[in-house]
Amino acid sequence: MKALLASLVALLFAAEPSAQLTYDRIRQAAREPGSWLTYHGTYDAQRFSALDEITRANVQQLRPVWMYQVQGRHHVETTPLVFDNVMYLTDPPSDVVALDVKTGRPLWAYRRTLPEDLRACCGNVNRGVAALGDQLFVATIDAHLVALDMRTGRVRWDVEVADYKTGHSLTAAPLAVKDKVIVGMAGAEYGVRGFLDAYDAATGKRAWRLWTVPAPGEPGHDTWSGDSWQHGGATTWVTGAFDPETNLLYWGTGNPGPDFIGDLRAGDNLYADSLIAVDADTGALRWHFQFTPHDVNDIDSTEIPVLVDTEFGGRPRKLLLFANRNGFFYVFDRVTGEYLHAKAFARQTWAKGLDPKGRPIPNPDAAPSPNGALVYPDDDGVTNWFSPSYSPQTKTFYQNVREKGGIYYRNDVVYQPGRMYLGASKRAVPDEEPWGALRALDPLTGDVKWEFKVTTPPWCGLLSTAGGLVFSGTMEGMFFAVDASSGKLLWRFQTGGAIWSNPISYQAGGRQHVAVAAGNALLVFGLPPSP
Amino acid sequence: MWTESFLLALQMTVALEPTARPKVTPEEIARGRTLFGAQCAYCHGADGDGGRGANLARPTLRRAPTDEALFRIVNRGIAGTGMPGNAMSARETWQVVAFVRTLGRVKREPPAGDAARGARVYGTAGCAACHTIRGRGGPFGPDLTDIGARSSPAYLRRSIVDPQADVPVGFRQVLAVTREGRRITGVRVNEDPFSIQFRDAGGTLHSFFKEELAELATDDGRTAMPTFRDRLEPAALDDLVAYLVSLEGTR
Repeated sequence: MKALLASLVALLFAAEPSAQLTYDRIRQAAREPGSWLTYHGTYDAQRFSALDEITRANVQQLRPVWMYQVQGRHHVETTPLVFDNVMYLTDPPSDVVALDVKTGRPLWAYRRTLPEDLRACCGNVNRGVAALGDQLFVATIDAHLVALDMRTGRVRWDVEVADYKTGHSLTAAPLAVKDKVIVGMAGAEYGVRGFLDAYDAATGKRAWRLWTVPAPGEPGHDTWSGDSWQHGGATTWVTGAFDPETNLLYWGTGNPGPDFIGDLRAGDNLYADSLIAVDADTGALRWHFQFTPHDVNDIDSTEIPVLVDTEFGGRPRKLLLFANRNGFFYVFDRVTGEYLHAKAFARQTWAKGLDPKGRPIPNPDAAPSPNGALVYPDDDGVTNWFSPSYSPQTKTFYQNVREKGGIYYRNDVVYQPGRMYLGASKRAVPDEEPWGALRALDPLTGDVKWEFKVTTPPWCGLLSTAGGLVFSGTMEGMFFAVDASSGKLLWRFQTGGAIWSNPISYQAGGRQHVAVAAGNALLVFGLPPSP
Repeated sequence: MWTESFLLALQMTVALEPTARPKVTPEEIARGRTLFGAQCAYCHGADGDGGRGANLARPTLRRAPTDEALFRIVNRGIAGTGMPGNAMSARETWQVVAFVRTLGRVKREPPAGDAARGARVYGTAGCAACHTIRGRGGPFGPDLTDIGARSSPAYLRRSIVDPQADVPVGFRQVLAVTREGRRITGVRVNEDPFSIQFRDAGGTLHSFFKEELAELATDDGRTAMPTFRDRLEPAALDDLVAYLVSLEGTR
């Protein structure tokens, strides 16, 4: 023990370890497929893993390696980050845990004390952390952004993004870009006014804020009647994508407020239900496309912009693919913002179709009414926050799809700070059995190549891999893999809890692993040791 | 949904609500002092001025701005910290709250040293090799970002001159020898009967299942921190203590 003590005293005066995760590493995340460095894995949000140890041929041998049980009792929607032998995940609503990837043993936990008068209507959840340098960043349910020391979980700084008492909350994983942390927010069901924020990673000082509902005098303000813009929603509650070459953040925005009553806010209601392209350095809005002008069905466009470089119309294009909650699959030029194509990929009745510029032709019968209006999809959408995946190997866009309608009865609503601001109540469609499917779409046309049906509309995101696989999960707790080319089921494992999360893949000990949250646990799978 | 309500009901049976507060009288406070001595002083010190636990002898408590919040902390503990919950009755919990609130009114002697000079002592003595303040420094010893809010001057002085007197939990030294004969030393991060995780001097995290190791020694209760009794002049020690006392955290 004396020798041990001597070596430790020598350790006392050793050099301080350096910063671990540089912006260059994140930008080039595709070059280290053994890590999972951002919410989407890579800035382009493809959620494709280049790891190919687990294949169509051996996936049958996949088995659990370890599990981690969270303390939170809410849905575990976290996407873990993995690098340098540590996994970082959030334990709902706003705790952070660091796990050793080899053993699954915790290294530290950050447990946040939350106020008791929280108002978060739609789940006290969290979808994960961002990492940069030697810090992690977690956006909390009480609307703070907190920087933690990656090694110890100690708080470096803690700033208020917005007031939770007026219904603001944060559930999305932040996105670290260069020296900034980009943070989206939630609260449209409480009549908040949406924004997208960036904070200096070193200090926590706010670098910029882009309001997603224009103030008087700003372009687009005339798309709101009266004072309705003040409670206009258009929140930014799902992590977007980033292209270092265009230097643009691509982010989806949520529903206008109140969710279901349009005559309180006559006009198109910019930039609700839109795709916004934002300068990452300044927060300036470069271009936008509004998917669902004057939405009265709560069909947020907070889905994942997937960035793909491929040939379109006979020439190479930098594309942006977007499988919208409203039931249409869209293709854009992400440099110019030009709308190129759209096609419905699930049942929808809120629109009669799209005009040549992609603007919907509304169906007036789908607006909530005193006697009830039937609409497809329901307000959970055809898609939602859960992620799609794009495989450059199969050149296919994979998306879990919900086939479910709802009947909406209009009721009156008055804005009061911190109270729900909705305007309708919902009933299930009599005798309908909702269902879901994993759909493989042609990325240029939106045509369905094949589908894998599931019993209950899913809340699970997707992962495609270079092993020719797509991983998905069901509300009944089945985690499974299908052949990325045909949709044929190749492997399944019953996790024992509903899967509300996005799977990831990474390497530990030089071996490929797949991880997914199910029930109250994070599960990790791998192949057996080589003989 | 019955499972959720069931769990909530289960939680209610152990968590008390801060209602029906008895009138604060000298008798209630005296009773609170006795309970504090039995239940709290082990970590917080008999006078509540901190040690392993937080320094409570302050006019305001960061985590307990109101008496109701303090009641909940005494009853339920603080998740993720060393502060556990307690099985005292609601009446007893209120008595402890009443006593703790008297602590902040005691006038404390300011430390003798100079905090600005102490910051320089901190640098030259090499403290940052192991300790972190606001994100700067090594992760091998306790983080000191808010040590002034948690520990009394007397406790800090003793930790510097006699670190073995009270070793904080969770900072054990580790020597591991792999089956291939590789020797690695570091400070433990976590351990169970099957595996151990520790960080070496370069900051690299190591993880082993124990069957991968030929030898594993964890130094039980010995501190890796050397004494600074003979390394610091008395005035420099005063200054260093004053500097540490000034560290109140980032929030």
